[in-house]
Amino acid sequence: MARAAVSGRLAERLRWRVATLVGQREETPSTRTLVLDVPGWPGHLAGQHVDVRLTAEDGYSTQRSYSIASAPDGALLELTVQRVSDGEVSPYLANELLDGDLLELRGPVGGWFVWQPEQSEPVLLVAGGSGIVPLMAMIRARRQMQMQLGPLAPFRLLYSVRTPADRMYLAELQSPDPGLDVTFLYTREVPEGWPRFPKRLTEADLAAVAWPPSANATTYVCGPTPFVEHAADLLVALGQAPDRIRTERFGPTGG
Amino acid sequence: MSEHGYDHGAEDSYEGGFEDGNALAGPLSEVFAVDVASAVGCCTGCGTTGPVAQLRVYGPGPGLVARCPQCGQVVLRWVRGDESAWLDLRGTVSLRFRLDADR
Repeated sequence: MARAAVSGRLAERLRWRVATLVGQREETPSTRTLVLDVPGWPGHLAGQHVDVRLTAEDGYSTQRSYSIASAPDGALLELTVQRVSDGEVSPYLANELLDGDLLELRGPVGGWFVWQPEQSEPVLLVAGGSGIVPLMAMIRARRQMQMQLGPLAPFRLLYSVRTPADRMYLAELQSPDPGLDVTFLYTREVPEGWPRFPKRLTEADLAAVAWPPSANATTYVCGPTPFVEHAADLLVALGQAPDRIRTERFGPTGG
Repeated sequence: MSEHGYDHGAEDSYEGGFEDGNALAGPLSEVFAVDVASAVGCCTGCGTTGPVAQLRVYGPGPGLVARCPQCGQVVLRWVRGDESAWLDLRGTVSLRFRLDADR
């Protein structure tokens, strides 16, 4: 099934599936990972997302996209949801669900913002806030495949957050992972003794982690639209080829 | 938000923000058997080619409007009703899909 997704051709048209919530994890005060059992899940690629549909008793229905956080070969599907206080869907997903609840989802979808273990070039991941989620799936996929196949192409992650408390997957990102370098950036508040003032991403921040243009690296950028636009512009200014930069933007609230 | 309940992505995309063509992958999977986000499109406005994933997508109501990131041309529109869907490709010269050689 994975092969079908690799080529972009799907074995059958996607349909809505009913997933069962089997666990939840608080990642930060405003984000929660939902662990889902999805019968018949066809497998996915790191970076893909799902559409989640909620339907009220009166028939009103709404849907949102959420990136898949888990590596492809897990038995369960994990989504990490950022709670947006005035959002319509995310407070429900992040606050109200109980284990055993059912969710409708469609996926995996998206064949462009993906990383596959066959890629031999170095990779730079640039995350703004909850834009870390699909990039975390790539990091997890690489780690899993590396255990089976031996060393894979190196990854660097530049992860921009407002405050130290906003770092998702912190323990995992601070655990040894050969070939992965992680750099945090803070835009509002820094850890004690941190040498860089809190400020938004600069060209110097990216220059410190970017692979040289000759490395033919692929860069994945995910975050709120203004962050992605800014980061992509800086990367091009640094000499990265635009067609080696893959971006995924989400709206300012994420809903 | 439409009374059909079609809502995709962030509320703020009403207010000048936008998502990108990655968000088209799910809705268009209702009619396409292949992933449209990774197809390479050509814009009728400026001739730019690039993956559908990189279009600027505005919505969700009453439908999704995908614009060329270079010239702003409306490349594609998608409206999902209760019993049908409209796909308007007026700004698209072509879509190139990568397919397996053996199929």
